[in-house]
Amino acid sequence: MSLIWRFLTSRWGPVVTGLAVGVLAPVLVRMGNPGNMGVCVVCFNRDIAGALGLHRASLVQYIRPEIIGFVLGALVAALLFREFKPRTGSAPLVRFLLGIFAVFGALVFLGCPWRAYLRLAGGDWNAIFGIFGLVAGIGLGVVFLRLGFSLGRSRPAPGALGWVMPAIMVVLFVLLLAGPQFGRDAAGNPAGPIFFSEKGPGSQHAPIFISLAAGLFIGFLAQRSRFCTVGAVRDMILLRDTHLLNGVLALIAAAFITNLALGQFHAGFENQPVAQTNGWWNFGGMALAGLAFTLAGGCPGRQLFLTGEGDGDAAVFVSGMIVGAGFAHSFTIASSPAGVAAYGPVTVIAGLILCIVFGLTMREAKR
Amino acid sequence: MENIKMLDARGLSCPQPAMLTRQVLQGLAGGRVEVLVDSGTARENVSRLAAKSGWKLSVESQPGDSFRLVLTK
Repeated sequence: MSLIWRFLTSRWGPVVTGLAVGVLAPVLVRMGNPGNMGVCVVCFNRDIAGALGLHRASLVQYIRPEIIGFVLGALVAALLFREFKPRTGSAPLVRFLLGIFAVFGALVFLGCPWRAYLRLAGGDWNAIFGIFGLVAGIGLGVVFLRLGFSLGRSRPAPGALGWVMPAIMVVLFVLLLAGPQFGRDAAGNPAGPIFFSEKGPGSQHAPIFISLAAGLFIGFLAQRSRFCTVGAVRDMILLRDTHLLNGVLALIAAAFITNLALGQFHAGFENQPVAQTNGWWNFGGMALAGLAFTLAGGCPGRQLFLTGEGDGDAAVFVSGMIVGAGFAHSFTIASSPAGVAAYGPVTVIAGLILCIVFGLTMREAKR
Repeated sequence: MENIKMLDARGLSCPQPAMLTRQVLQGLAGGRVEVLVDSGTARENVSRLAAKSGWKLSVESQPGDSFRLVLTK
């Protein structure tokens, strides 16, 4: 076991994790997940929000087992390697808002950083604008970090706190398997409380236990290797450290090759799966997402893995992502393949202003 | 007497432990820097930074699941 520990925390850890994600994500697409969406943390949280009735966009409602696997896989690794350390207290309300606005930005682009890289590896050139925006947002976040931005320190917390998010994931899994229904409304539509899409991306998914197993495997690897798709760019800019970036490059390379092998590489801008072609707002949406993720300390996947270590602040961020995903559809913020939604651009601008205010004002309080 | 710089990075999110350590190291030609961290991630990040910057590192476990990273040059 100590051999695995040393290997995954070495320079090869992020590379191995990136290779695993790069192979598994296209395979999950082959087995039923939406195009270029083998893994998308934001999209999958959006589907979970829909399944719980937090929005009623009927095309994107499903409890994604990959998310459950991410948290529980990281939990297993953290317990095995004695890194389960319940903690909280680092500006939870700000983290909640950052989670909401990160998702707003990502859903204007239609994907989190994980999916941006996977879209690129599938030939969706719209992702190039999104990745440029992501790098710009992370770069702005680095400026704030250099100026002294901090959300303050977390403190050790009672053990029970660390188990809350893993327990929520177990409950979600039970709801996925049970799919409780309380009948239909007068129009004949399902009345919930759990909603599953009958068509659209929410209806497209790999078999439950394969998705769960892939999530568990990735969660385990990523907890050990500290894999982070935002930290990769941040550490390169801030510290000239390529440790995490190598993992992202491995992800893109592996996904590209796997897509080619499976006949899933289709180059171009038009008619890409679950994508829109407005370059400006693909850039702007991901700039907001990149900034918000940087201020919160890591990408959406990393936030999930941290909840598996008992990090209550990351759990608040994840809660913000799920609530934000609900708002994104209810408030007509999330884009669709038809284009940018009515309130997407103004929300991106508002989110950037909010994040800049946080970036300039949040400092560690002196005791 | 040797000049010792202390940095308490416990409880801070990524990338602050490594970033703050880097800021301390950049102002020094040599000496001894002690960094307190309380996560494996911070320990690894600071260790990598020390190796890249040519500082020797030793790690001491502390009570409360934290680590004292001693950097010397």
